[in-house]
Parts: sequence; C-alpha cells; structure tokens
Amino acid sequence: MKGYLGIDVGSVSTNIVFMNEATEVLESLYLRTNGQPVATVQRGLKQLRSKLPANTIVKGVGTTGSGRQLIGIVTGADAIKNEITAHAVAASHLVPGVQTVLEIGGQDSKIIILRDGVVADFAMNTVCAAGTGSFLDQQASRLNIAIEEFGDLALKGRSPVRIAGRCAVFAESDMIHKQQMGFNLEDILAGLCEALVRNYLNNVGKGKEIRGPVVFQGGVAANVGMRKAFEKALGLPVQVPKYYNVMGAVGAALLAKETVSKGIPTRFKGFGVADVEYKAGTFECDGCPNLCEVIEMTEAGQVIARWGDRCGKWANALAASEAAI
Amino acid sequence: MKVTFPHMGYMYVSLKGMLEYLGIDVVVPPACSKKTLTLGVKHSPEFACLPLKLNIGNFIEAKELGADTIMMAGGCGPCRFGYYAYVENEILKDLKVDYNLVVMEPPEKHIGELLGRIRKITGNRPWLQIIKALRFGFLKAKAVDEVEVLSFQIRPRELVRGSTDRALQKAINLIDEAKTTTELTIALERAKELMRVVPAERERPALRVALIGEIYTLLEPYANVNIERHLGQLGVEVDRSMMLSQWVNDHLFMGLVRNIPSSDRFKKVAAPYLNHFVGGHGLETVGSAVWYARQGYDGAIQVLPFTCMPEIVAQSILPKVSAEVDMPIMTLIMDEHSGEAGLITRLEAFIDLLKRKKEQKEALTS
Ligand code: SF4
Repeated sequence: MKGYLGIDVGSVSTNIVFMNEATEVLESLYLRTNGQPVATVQRGLKQLRSKLPANTIVKGVGTTGSGRQLIGIVTGADAIKNEITAHAVAASHLVPGVQTVLEIGGQDSKIIILRDGVVADFAMNTVCAAGTGSFLDQQASRLNIAIEEFGDLALKGRSPVRIAGRCAVFAESDMIHKQQMGFNLEDILAGLCEALVRNYLNNVGKGKEIRGPVVFQGGVAANVGMRKAFEKALGLPVQVPKYYNVMGAVGAALLAKETVSKGIPTRFKGFGVADVEYKAGTFECDGCPNLCEVIEMTEAGQVIARWGDRCGKWANALAASEAAI
Repeated sequence: MKVTFPHMGYMYVSLKGMLEYLGIDVVVPPACSKKTLTLGVKHSPEFACLPLKLNIGNFIEAKELGADTIMMAGGCGPCRFGYYAYVENEILKDLKVDYNLVVMEPPEKHIGELLGRIRKITGNRPWLQIIKALRFGFLKAKAVDEVEVLSFQIRPRELVRGSTDRALQKAINLIDEAKTTTELTIALERAKELMRVVPAERERPALRVALIGEIYTLLEPYANVNIERHLGQLGVEVDRSMMLSQWVNDHLFMGLVRNIPSSDRFKKVAAPYLNHFVGGHGLETVGSAVWYARQGYDGAIQVLPFTCMPEIVAQSILPKVSAEVDMPIMTLIMDEHSGEAGLITRLEAFIDLLKRKKEQKEALTS
C-alpha cells in the first residue's frame, strides 16, 4: 500500500492521519501533546506502523500546527505549512466549492474565506479564550454533563436564554445567574451556544462576507448545538465534514501529496524515526538583555534544530553551517 | 549634560550624530530588549500602548548609564502621543528617576519654532553650527535609510540565511561611527558595498509586500517582532511606508528638503475613503494602501500598537479599500503579549494567500 502522512502538532493535541493515493483517510490518530511534541509524534508513528500493513510505502509527509517546523525536521517532511493553509486545503478537498470555513478548536478559532478554491481572506483569534472548546468543556463539567451530550441537550432547548457572550468570564457568571433564576438546562445550553456563535462572528468573523457552502470544523464541530446556532445566525446550512477533527493533518497530507507529485522525491526518514533518540536541551543566551531561552534539539547526539532566539543568532548559525556542507 | 532619547529603530544613529556634532554628550539607551519591556510594563499604566512602555524602559536603562536630559518628540491632534513626553516625565519623577525634559514639537508655522526648542539643548552655540549639525543628523538618517532599503531587496534573495542581517548591522555601525560629512560619504559607500557583496540570487522573483501603519511599530523591530526579517526569510521583498528621513523632512523640516519621498503622496490618494485628519498617521495609512496597490504591490500589512486610535479608524476602512483596489491587506496588532509563533503563522498564511492569488492571475493572463 502507498500513501501520505499528515501530522498536525498543536500545543494541546497532535493528530496524525494516513491517506492512501485515492486520498481516503485510512488511519487517524488523536493524541495529547502534553508539552512533548517529539515524543508524542514518535508514539503516534509507532502506533501507526503497527496498524498499517508491513509493505506500506510512505510517498510523502506533511506537517502543520505550531510544532510544524520541529516535527518537519524530525520526520523529514516534504511540506511544512501553517495551519490556516492546511485547514483551507482540507476543507476545499472534502467539500468542493466551499466558500467559508469556520474553525473552532480547543484553544483558538479562525475563519477562512475561500473564493474560486483559493484563500481570499482569513482571521484568527488566539488571545481570548471565549468561544473555544476548552470553555465548553469547562461548562459541561461544571454542569455535570458529559461533553458528548452537550450538543443534543442544547438542541432540545425550545426557547434559548439570552446569555452575555462577550467574554468567557461574563458568560460563565451570566449562566450561573440564569440557572439561579430557574431557567431549564436545555434552554441555558442552547443560549450558551448562541452566545458563543455571536461572539465568534463578532470577533473572528468581523467584516468578513460569509457565503455558502459553509464548513464547520475543529473539535467543537462535534457539538450539534453549536452547528444549529451557526445555521440560525447565518441563515445558511452548515456542513460538518467527516474528518472535522483532524482537518489540519488531512490538509498536511494533501499538501505533501501536491509537493511530491511535482517529482521531488520524499525526504521522509521512515518509521524508524520512532526509535531514534531525540533530546531537547535548553540554555539561556547571555548575548544581550533578551536572555532568550534557546531550545536545542539533538538527533543521536547531533544538533538538528535550534529555536527560541529572538535575534536569529543561534537558528541562523545552524543554517550557515548547513549551507557550508 | 548627558542627553538621551527613546529608541525607534535606527533613529539613534541620526540623533547621536547630530548631538555629537555639537559636542554634546549622548547616552544611547541599550537596544530594546525583554529587560526594557519588563521595566516599562512594570512602571506604566496597563492601558498605555506599547511605545510608551518601551520608552519608559529606555529612559530607566539610560539613567543607569548616566543620562540626565531627555530629548523627545511631541505631537498634536487626537493621538495620545502628543502628551506622552509629559506623561513619561511624570512617571519617571514618581520613580525618582530625575530627568530634564526637552520636547521637540513639530513647528506649527515656521521652522524657527523648532530652532527655539533646540536652543534648550544647544545652549549658545552659533546658529550656523546648529544648522550644520541638523543637516549632518539628517544625512545620517538618509544614509541609514538607503542601506535599509538595500536590505529589503537582498534579504529575500540571500543564499545564506542571516547574512543580510549581519551585513546590515556592520553597515549601520559604519554610518554610526562617521564623525564628519566627509567621513560619512566614505562610510556610506563602504556600507553599500558591504550590502552588495552579500551572496544572493539577484534575479530571483519575489512577492512585494508593503508595511503600512503606525510609525513606531513600523520602525522599531523589537515592537514588531522583527517582521521585516521574517518576511524577508519567507522570500518577500518589503517596502516600508515610513522611513526616518521622510518623517523628519515631513514633520520637522516641513518638507523643506527636496528629493525625499513625502507622505503627501499617500494623503493625495486617500480621499475617496477618508478625507480628513484622524490623528496620528491614520490618513496616511489609508492612502498608503491605495498608493501601494497602484504601484503593483501584491499585498500590504498594517502594523499598529494595541489601542492605537488613529490606526483603528484606518483599520475599519481598509477592508473596503482592499476590496476596491484588489490587494489583500492584513492587520497585525502589537502589544507586550504578542507571541512570535502566532505572528509567523499569520505571516505565512498571508504570504501563501498572496502567492496563490498571483499564480492565478498569471495563469489567467498568460
Ligand atoms: S539569542 Fe540573540 S536576542 Fe536572544 S539573548 Fe542571545 S543575543 Fe540576545
């Protein structure tokens, strides 16, 4: 079997997919990054190797997410792309003709506007946590309901309660207030979904022209209450693609396919990467008052990557020695 | 008297040149760093913008090096910058960091007003010498701008990553060390030579992106997380809507020097979208977007400090401009919490967008 690997390394979760040549996703893994991106990816590759037939040939690898550079170096990736491009590529592949992508993950949310299959505009929100998955998780656990039930319960709300959604702190206290007033749980949950959607559209989607087809992806897309709230606010049908949860990895695999199809041989180092010893060391540079915490990654004793320096002194030194070889 | 001033990119080269030409002692604050920001954040009001916080940090650090007089630009209009010099001075007084403050406000009618303010620092040195010093400082600003522009063009095409930055630093130091006009002429030639010998693939095509927006965050690399370097390394040739010599000529010399591009070129084309002063450089920002689009640029990035009012006005107008001139514009807001990783992700995505758009256009026209 031949196919492509896509790896999305975020600060919270790491997703890996294996896609065959017909771009069907055959395997997909969801792992917690736990602050150790390399070890997590190694663990993932091990799991994947045992699931795939022994004669599997990886024709290309793509990485995305905040750890894309690092994991790109470790695995020998053919395409290293930011998560906005990766998400857009995946969405327009799975839903041809898509014009708007709404993406809400655990920590951040973004909106991507596509026209004629090309990204025409985007916005990203990372500063404020309102409207993100972790906030919904928190509220579910405070209300003592499983996060999986959240959406179904919200759907049952007949007359959603109006909740102040401008910020997570207001939203939470307003919800508590509405509970104390005796509104039923379903209506409160439905109201919360509407508040979060309002917040998203006002902050992330501000000034963007949202046209259909609209795709909703990211962890929060599992919540049918949120999807309903989006449909209501936009007056448009909203689709949740099959791999809504691993779209970054799907996009990375597609981008890798695109790269190697130009005739460039893959740089994938093989599943053996899972067994190599990688070490991350840090040191504080005292070159100037920035006192950067420089991180250094070694592969079997040899420095392969450095980052965290503000002036580029360390990262560039490595680049210069690469060029000298 | 030991004079200091806040950092704003390479402005120190010009100011130091001018003051030393008059034989005045100068203390250049250490380059903006995490330490500068930490000091500034600790002692500034939370709601103040990034430039004020870095200024305060600069002054505290310069005091440690013996400075006793601050020379600072003022301003007018709805932008808060106009009273920053005074607010900063009050904060420093509370901290018992004592300074004499000299505010250089833009002359309202006549260049003589500026000269009067300069007197406070120059004492009774002859006018002719002062004018020569002003000219010398201005020539330094022009020289620095010239090599900076070269770096914009070379960086996206360099063969060894970081080599442009190293050459630029050396070139700036050469200009900085020149003591007389003659020395400066020689230094500039050598500086340009340093830039020219950076190994690069000169003919490589590159996307062209304009950096527009608020002057401080445009000029001070610490405040904009080195945006020019990141863009260059992504293979993008940048142009900055605001260069130091241009600003000095526009605001302090009232456009007296010829052959310097002026921000008037932006004001002239802003009219269909905005036709009155909104403080700061909000009007120029809107106009610059139009201007760069007409020059065939692939995109523009607006940079501003969090809470900057004139730029927020401009930001709200830019989507309309962008749609009508058909040039993508992205806005980046800088404050003390701005992370480098998030910024790079946005820059990369924006550059991808421009690349794909350009490919599409070329496919259509070929
Ligand atoms: S890496 Fe560069 S910016 Fe960071 S502390 Fe060292 S010299 Fe300063």
